[in-house]
Amino acid sequence: MSRKRISRRRFIAGSVATAAAIAAPHVSTSHAAGSLSLGMWDHWVPGGNKIFDGIAQDWATKEKVNLTIDYLSTQGNKLLLTIAAEAQARSGHDVMDFSAWEPAQYVRHLEPVGDVMKEVLATNGPITEAMQYIGTFTGDWNVVPSTRGSLILPPCTRIDYLKQHAGIDVQAMFPAGKDPTPDAANWTWDAFLLAAEKCHKAGASFGLPLGATTDSLDWVGALFSAYGAALVDAKGNINVKSDEVGQVLEYAKRLFAFLPPDVASWDNASNNKWLLSGKGALIFNPPSTWVVAKRDAPDIAAKLWTHAMPKGPKGRLAPLLPRYQGLWNFSKNKSAAKSLLVHINKPDNIRKIVAGAAGYDIPPYQKLLDYKVWDEQGPPAGTLSHYPNRGDQKNVMPCSPAPPQIASQLYTNAVMPKMIVRIGRGESIDKTLAWAASEIEGYTRQ
Amino acid sequence: MVDATMKSDVAAMRADKRGSLQRTFQRKSTIAFLMTLPLILLIATLVLYPAFYAVHLAMLNKTMERFVGLSNFTFLFKRETFWMVVMQSCIFAITAVFFKAIIGFIVAHLVHNIPDKGQRKWRGMLLVPWVIPPAMSTLAWLWLFDPSYSAFNWILESIGLSGVPWLGDVYWARFCVILVNVWIGAPFFMIMYLAALKSVPDQLYEAAKIDGANWWQTMRFVTIPMMRNIIMITALFSTIVTFANFDIVRVLTRGDPLDQTHVFATWAFRLGIEGGDIPLGASISLFMVPILTVGAIFILRDIVKRGNEA
Repeated sequence: MSRKRISRRRFIAGSVATAAAIAAPHVSTSHAAGSLSLGMWDHWVPGGNKIFDGIAQDWATKEKVNLTIDYLSTQGNKLLLTIAAEAQARSGHDVMDFSAWEPAQYVRHLEPVGDVMKEVLATNGPITEAMQYIGTFTGDWNVVPSTRGSLILPPCTRIDYLKQHAGIDVQAMFPAGKDPTPDAANWTWDAFLLAAEKCHKAGASFGLPLGATTDSLDWVGALFSAYGAALVDAKGNINVKSDEVGQVLEYAKRLFAFLPPDVASWDNASNNKWLLSGKGALIFNPPSTWVVAKRDAPDIAAKLWTHAMPKGPKGRLAPLLPRYQGLWNFSKNKSAAKSLLVHINKPDNIRKIVAGAAGYDIPPYQKLLDYKVWDEQGPPAGTLSHYPNRGDQKNVMPCSPAPPQIASQLYTNAVMPKMIVRIGRGESIDKTLAWAASEIEGYTRQ
Repeated sequence: MVDATMKSDVAAMRADKRGSLQRTFQRKSTIAFLMTLPLILLIATLVLYPAFYAVHLAMLNKTMERFVGLSNFTFLFKRETFWMVVMQSCIFAITAVFFKAIIGFIVAHLVHNIPDKGQRKWRGMLLVPWVIPPAMSTLAWLWLFDPSYSAFNWILESIGLSGVPWLGDVYWARFCVILVNVWIGAPFFMIMYLAALKSVPDQLYEAAKIDGANWWQTMRFVTIPMMRNIIMITALFSTIVTFANFDIVRVLTRGDPLDQTHVFATWAFRLGIEGGDIPLGASISLFMVPILTVGAIFILRDIVKRGNEA
């Protein structure tokens, strides 16, 4: 019986060939024909989906990938429920669109995308810290920050009411197409409180929601951050009884008295309707309210101005409501998905996305905030000039710097707005703090 | 000879086997079982599996990686908000079922007294709230209670009264969710009670009349005893469905203000789906199962007992 000797070179070649043969069905490079499915957030701005379709399908044609895109609405929590179902079933789309806290909730099911972000950051420059907070909380990037759907919620103000009732000229402080003037330094949370009081007395209250909705959480989170009031610190320690929290609650108690009586149950549409009804002088919102006003109430739209947040002891902080794209770790075509994620985030494509949504979407890269799209919107001309950060404004993620798993509970359960409603309705600050501490203690459970 | 005997034995056994198989298939219980098998499979897939899966989920830790037994339940029992939700769910379900039953009972009598010719029209119209999908009709109610455009407040303000924070004040908000539930659910009670009323033999009323019974005595000793089983079953089903209600609270208040209109289902959704803590959400939604099961067993046993007595 003759034994055939196998040379080392032949053994290595054979092993590589065998490994390649086994792995071949599971590896689809972006250049191989394969299929990829995306579960994307259904854009509110008409035409927002079409632009994205064009960008993604261009890539698919070039890379010979069979690409399917499903646009899932947040109405009725369709997107949220799809994410939960796919994570449970470990099956579904390859890439999913996530809102603020979902990457933290589903991190176990996500493929790290540090390699994608390395390429994206190399072309787009540094990313805002607020976006990194959730995107990198495990050390590596878990999700890719999205321009599409990411927004901030600065004040959208009735120019005439503020001028008439509070003597504040928002256009003079935040002129169209220019950086804020030195007068903007006077636009503080104290000035805001005074303006809220005067407008309320004149019958045009500020429409600040305090229910368990994102709009409520975002402005309240920005207020807390502007005072340096963190209920939970970055290490997860409960920090409810701090001087900063006491200070912000004293402030909020005074502000609550000047708000409409039913803000505790407002949803995300209530503040928009408040402004559109002509009753409100100011809300915190992305430009969607102005877009709807332009269509349904053009007289009111022509009197609206979006501008920077009031400044607090810790700075001028605008609440960020980010979106991300995540790659499920059970995806069958990870390399193609990563190639697409890089493509979507090329500066030219980001420009198209922002323009296609009439400036609603905000790129998370400071370098890409120089687009003219915001200056070109009107009437009034330049109404969205100060929608993206200008001057000393920075973005903040409400409930940060708490570890995202705890912060997501703080956010979902609307602890901060509830604290304001409690003290606003006469509960003592001590009792409110004790309630908050007890609630948060429950969120730290593993 | 032996061979021949053995062969005939085997043939007889085979024939016997065929016969017994045939008999089995001809048995009414077998046929009934086979005919219900698709339904049994359907229930097993769509009811039993999800139910057991929910129990399994309720016994996992927050990240769903570890079995923790009943600790999700013991955690909930220590939460102030949980007991508030228990209380609210009870207020919501008991009040809503009570008013649905009262309104259904009164309207059923009113409709019963309408001449047959016009009755169908009224029955159809009165069933409309129950037929419209609740999420849609609740949306219409939401607009009626809307802070900026409330039609109710517009009417109040137009007659010189001040508007009501329908969904912003705790008590008004609770009133609103119960009101909408009663509006949607009362027609179901009405139609069930109407069917029960129609099945009461006229002779009983005639006998009561001959005996000189007044309206109240006729109601107490004839109508209500004859309707009792339907009243109990309707109340039981409605209580279960009302305890499990989701859409009305979700659309109208989402549990606001200050979580004080949450019921089990909406709070479970808030913590489980929105908050990403599926095991805790499953525990909340399972909390009422044993209590409602015990209630259902007692009521159904009582109904069966009275059925046997009759």
